[in-house]
Amino acid sequence: MIVLRAEAGMGRRVRGRALVAKDGFSARYDLDRINGIFSRPEHKLAGRSYVGRVLVLDAAKGGVATAWMLHEMAARGVMPAALVLNRVNPIMVQGAALADFTMISGFAQDITQAVPDGATVEVDPGSDPPELRVLSEETPPPPSPSRKRRGL
Amino acid sequence: MHLTAEEQSWLAGDAGPARQWAIEHQMRVGRYLGAIDLVPVSQAHIMADTESLGPAGVDWLERLAALPPDQRRARIPTITDPRGTDFAAAARLKQQDWMVSLERRTVAAFESMGILMTDTCINYQTIMPAIRNEHMAYGDTGVVIYSNSVLGARSNFEGGPSALAAGLTGRTPRYGYHLDQHRNATLLIRVADTPHELHDWGALGALVGQLAGDYWQVPALIGIDRVPTSDELKHFGAALASFGSVALFHMIGITPEAPRLQDVADPAMPERATFGTDVLAAFQARYTSNIDTVDVVVFAAPQLSLLELQTLSRMLDGRRARTPLLVVTSPQVKPDADRMGITARIEASGGLVLSGMCFYQSYARELAEANGWQALATNSAKLVNILGGYGYRPVLLSMQHCVDVACSGRIAR
Repeated sequence: MIVLRAEAGMGRRVRGRALVAKDGFSARYDLDRINGIFSRPEHKLAGRSYVGRVLVLDAAKGGVATAWMLHEMAARGVMPAALVLNRVNPIMVQGAALADFTMISGFAQDITQAVPDGATVEVDPGSDPPELRVLSEETPPPPSPSRKRRGL
Repeated sequence: MHLTAEEQSWLAGDAGPARQWAIEHQMRVGRYLGAIDLVPVSQAHIMADTESLGPAGVDWLERLAALPPDQRRARIPTITDPRGTDFAAAARLKQQDWMVSLERRTVAAFESMGILMTDTCINYQTIMPAIRNEHMAYGDTGVVIYSNSVLGARSNFEGGPSALAAGLTGRTPRYGYHLDQHRNATLLIRVADTPHELHDWGALGALVGQLAGDYWQVPALIGIDRVPTSDELKHFGAALASFGSVALFHMIGITPEAPRLQDVADPAMPERATFGTDVLAAFQARYTSNIDTVDVVVFAAPQLSLLELQTLSRMLDGRRARTPLLVVTSPQVKPDADRMGITARIEASGGLVLSGMCFYQSYARELAEANGWQALATNSAKLVNILGGYGYRPVLLSMQHCVDVACSGRIAR
């Protein structure tokens, strides 16, 4: 098992399959939040479902809307399991705080290079320091089909 | 985190559940980001369009708004970012009743909390600009970066919940750009050719933002050979914040904290990049290839100043838009534009002047589906960055070129 230690974290301990890319994260800029997929064409995860996945990405990007949107996504259940970032911005922290969402950030190495896409991981914000544990490495699954469109 | 006796009483619930939630939220955020205490702020500015809030967020706001007046009222002047609609134009935009209903509920909740519904992202041009070293809790990245950089204010990006918390407590966690040690430049960029048009300034901001890459980077720019206007810095900052999540920049010899390079950086700091006309043109070309016609032309993000509206009206005089032409300004500017005949001139040419909303904050995906819009022309680099994810094919052009496209329906090459 590989253990990667973070500088900061919040939320509950969760397990899930990692969705990894050397790219940023913004709920407004990057996501089709209705269908639960990355929708910005230039994003490295464009077309892939984020629902229930542990997102392992480079940096928080974009504007302030994510602070509300994580709460809105959680209310509808069309939500990642957790967010793991090399670098956060305040908006992502504020959004995670409101939504009671699991997030850790700040690593000694580039986390998007350290975790294989598709690996089963455990995010533990409550350990001291917060940890990302790679439990098993798996062959990346094929892209998930889009979810059926749902109204807000 | 260190709390004063008053803050500890709020944490204990002595001032009711709204202020208790607010201080708990601020402590969670502050601990994550290394704050040791809270800093008093003069104003809060809340981004809360209902596409972002969703029904769950509106319900949550209404629970706060249902508390007794002394428990729900903001303690400091608290204002709002653009709404998700212009109520007077919602039907014309083909926005659905449920969207308008959510917006009305949100307005009612905020008003009961004593929040001023300014509905603007250009409050630094229209409401009450910050002064140097004034601590603020501003939402809207464009407001934060302009206020920090051009005015010398001190604010982090405060998302809607955190700005609301700041309104309720009059404080915000002291981290990031409230502190001197984060305000020095971290990368140096040379500008070889000072931009001319607003979309050029936006392109420059986008390129610097892409290079900077994250919130904790502070670009310093050298080589700009004249003092930019407020609208030029508005477009530059909005794009820089949008593409890079950057909250502070310095322009050496122009912005207040950087009269000289050595005031914000080691003078030996190496230049990371040089941006000139060719690079800006290459950036703009990314957004024009393979698009010959557009479905809608939008001037927004940020909302237009009175001077931008006047310029646009002159470009439209005697012409007729063949494609939908949306022009978005603030509720403070719109009455002046009405009174001075600017709105009438734009609308006589087929434009629609909207107030108090912003295009990307107004259910942009649903607007596209309802109106059959996909190819969109704008002079806002920020807008082209956002709208790709909403299914649009955005094109970045000058204001004049956008007008030409609106009137001809085609992109001249």
